[in-house]
Order: sequence, then structure tokens, then C-alpha cells
Amino acid sequence: MNRRDLLKNLLIIPPGIFLGGLFTKILSLLKKTPLGKISLESIYEKYNPHEHYYAMGIDIDKCIGCGRCVEACKIENNVPQEPFFFRTWVERYVITVDGETKVDSPEGGIHGFPETLTEKEILRTFFVPKLCNHCDNPPCVQVCPVGATYKSIDGAVLVDKDYCIGCRYCIQACPYGARYLHPETHTADKCTFCYHRIVKGLQPACVEVCPTGARIFGEVKPRNNPLARFVRFNKIGVLKPYLNTDPKVYYANLDKEVT
Amino acid sequence: MPQQIKYLFGLAIALIIIFFIVRHYLMSPSFGLFGHYRAASLKTVVSQEIKYAGEIACTECHDDIFTLKEKSYHRGVACEVCHSPAYAHTQDPSEHKPPAPRKRAYCPLCHGYNPTRPTGFPQIDPVTHNPGNPCISCHNPHDPTPPVTPQGCEPCHTQIARTKIVSPHAPLPCTQCHIAKEEHKLNPRVALPSKPRNREFCGQCHSQEAESSPEIPRVDMKSHYSGFLCWECHYPHHPEARLKKEE
Repeated sequence: MNRRDLLKNLLIIPPGIFLGGLFTKILSLLKKTPLGKISLESIYEKYNPHEHYYAMGIDIDKCIGCGRCVEACKIENNVPQEPFFFRTWVERYVITVDGETKVDSPEGGIHGFPETLTEKEILRTFFVPKLCNHCDNPPCVQVCPVGATYKSIDGAVLVDKDYCIGCRYCIQACPYGARYLHPETHTADKCTFCYHRIVKGLQPACVEVCPTGARIFGEVKPRNNPLARFVRFNKIGVLKPYLNTDPKVYYANLDKEVT
Repeated sequence: MPQQIKYLFGLAIALIIIFFIVRHYLMSPSFGLFGHYRAASLKTVVSQEIKYAGEIACTECHDDIFTLKEKSYHRGVACEVCHSPAYAHTQDPSEHKPPAPRKRAYCPLCHGYNPTRPTGFPQIDPVTHNPGNPCISCHNPHDPTPPVTPQGCEPCHTQIARTKIVSPHAPLPCTQCHIAKEEHKLNPRVALPSKPRNREFCGQCHSQEAESSPEIPRVDMKSHYSGFLCWECHYPHHPEARLKKEE
């Protein structure tokens, strides 16, 4: 075989094999019944995502730091029990009389908060429940190289765990630290607003169990829902507004020290 | 047109066609249906198993307990907060029995004293509050009104009590400044205790002319920041004035 033949064969044989394979694949697909087209009804049944746009409200003055939301979230969503995987967690902020800000979240607050400082040292102190902010302009979605995380029609930021390649870009990109890599599936995992519950008309698990009503779940647009009332009667702040992420978790009575 | 350009043109078109054919077969069929993602993944998310049934489901059978709870201080507390997720129980009540916490360690998760908790939220010190007894021996969790009306103020106003006790005002009883009707102990928000209204009230002890113990710090009521109320600068439960003098 001379050089000319070799180059010729190299040019013809590999694409030939590929096209041959493709041809058999097309034939086999044609023989099968056509793929059932995915429609809104086949996903949601009676629910129409175009009629909803979800958000959450958190009243910091009502949070007692009992950690029931953290526990409920872990149970509902099969979040690993190890104390470094959370879809939602509670932080304790203590501003001391010396002007120092101390933030801690022992095991996410799931077992409560042991007393660390006495009243004498404390200037002001409060609990801040945290979760995915379901940003309207989510940085995590922009960086995903495979389109495995996305904003759904009704405003929840979700993860396609069958498509996620576990590259951790989104975990890096989230300015709120709301994502983690699931140790078993090795894919990104995060709060979904309990998407499987809300499409069936239930409340997210954390909202369901909050004993003081510090968490309010509802919709951005219609006026007759709990969240609309919440944003009407409270002074509202969001976390890191300067990042232009447009978060959809609204905090009432947010302190300037909270980031 | 030169021959070689024609060949290149043909090759480019062939490559573009091949790209679209390959793309069609490599990409998930539902990708791009609603946006830059696989629409089928919504199905996976939606089909996740539910664990918490939601309170409305509980009321269908346990309406007696629900009615009792709705009239009590625990009206906002959903059943599954204490009784664990109960979706399985709603599906098969005999097979899955939700547990009920009976140990003393459970209630302080919410009601143990913690300075970070908002003032006014009922908190007790688990060390001193009837040690050894499980909470449910005195309080019905579905109607937790204290069985014995509290005698003092500390059981509800722990934060103030713990602040006052380390302050120069420690020896003063709460009733020195607040008049609380007996009704306040039964219906706290219906009968609110009184609060001092003017400078003269503090002046009863702290003005230069006051007939009180000489150790009590005195100010000239006329010149000392007139126009302000005392508690606009001094927190009455922990007045800092004397501490400064000591330094």
C-alpha cells in the first residue's frame, strides 16, 4: 500500500463505519414505535405551570431556630444526614457589644443552637434561615456546560440529575452557597421549593413544619395569596442584591450584617 | 467558479447536514422543548416521593385533636412537626404509625431558653424548670396552656429576667415599674401590663430631690438631657450608667 492509498482509506473507512452505524441505528429507530411526545400534560397532569410563579418569604423576627425545617427538608428530599449537606439551613447571627459579627450554624441548626455567649456580650442576635434563592437571573444556570440546571416555567431552579455531569461549576457559581454535590449520585443537588409537592398543591416541607410561620410560600403575581400579603405589610430585603441575581426569597426585617 | 471552491462548498454543506443528523440522534428528544433543558427531567423531579402529607390530610380523621389544637397556643404548629412525616400513614394507617415524642428533651428544641430567640416567645430553662419531669406530665401538647398559672414574670419573660438579674436593677421587682393585672397571666395580649410614661417616674428614685437610698445615682432632672425620655438612652432592664462610673 502506498501513501496515496493509505490516506484515501483513512478518509473513507472511519466515516464509512460511522455512517453505516448511523444507518442501522436509524433503521432500528424506525422499526420501534415513535417516541411519545413529551407534553405539559404528560409531566404535570392537571397542573398548569404557566399560571404560577413561585417565591418564598422569611420573617427573621419569627424564626426561633428550632431547626425543624432543616430536618423536614432532609427527610422529604433524601438529603444525606451528614452535617455538611443541606438544601436549607439556619444561621445564627450574633453582633457583640464589641461590634463583632459572629455567624454559626452547628449542623445546620438541626439539633438547635447551644448557648455560646451571655446576654452581657450580645448587642443583637437573630436567626436567618437560608435556602436556594431561586434567582430570577440565576448564575448557576448560566454556567452549566450541559444544560442540566434550569429555571422552570413556574420559576423554580431545578437540576436534571440524569444529565448533570458533576463538574461543580454551578456550586462555585452560586453566591449563596445553596448547592452541594450529592455524595451518592455525584451530581449537583439543591432546594427545589419541594417542586414535587407544590405542583400537587402542597406546601414545601420546610413551610409545612415551621411552627411559628416564619416561612411563607406563595406566588409573586396574584394579590390574594400569603406571600402577596407578606410583601405588602413588611419591609423586604433580599440577599446580595448588588449581584443582580434577582432572588425570589424575600426576607422581612433583614439585618445589614446578613450576607 | 473554480473547481476546488465547488468541492469545498459541497463538503461544507455535507458537514452541516451530518452535524444536524448527528445532533438529532445524540440529543435527548425533549431537550429545548420549554427552554435550554430536557423537559423530561421535570417528570423525574415531579415524580419524587412525598413524605409529609400536610396538615389538611391529618384533619380528615383526627378532627377532634385538630379542633383542640386550633384553639390553643399551638394552633400554628402542624401535626407533622412533632409526629414526623405521615404520608405513609395516610396511605396505610394500620401499617405506619407516626411516633409521638414523649421525652423531656424534645420540647426545648423550641422552648428551651436561647438569647437569639425573639423576645416574647415562651422559653424555659430546662435545668431549673421542674427538672426530671417529662413536659407532657403537666402540659398537653395539643393545648399547652400551663396547668398552673405562672406566679412570677420569669417563665414568659426569661430574656428580660436574665438581663435584669445582672444589672443594678436586679433587686427591683417587675411590679416596681409595671402594673400587671391578674388577667395578664391568663390572656397575655388581652390585658397588657402598664409601662412608665414620663421622666418623673424614674425621677422618683433618680432625681436629686428624691427620698431614696443615697447609693442610687442621681441626676439633675432639669439639665440632664431634657426633652428625652429616660429609656431613650438607658435600657431600664440593664441601665448602664452606674457601670460606667465603676470603670
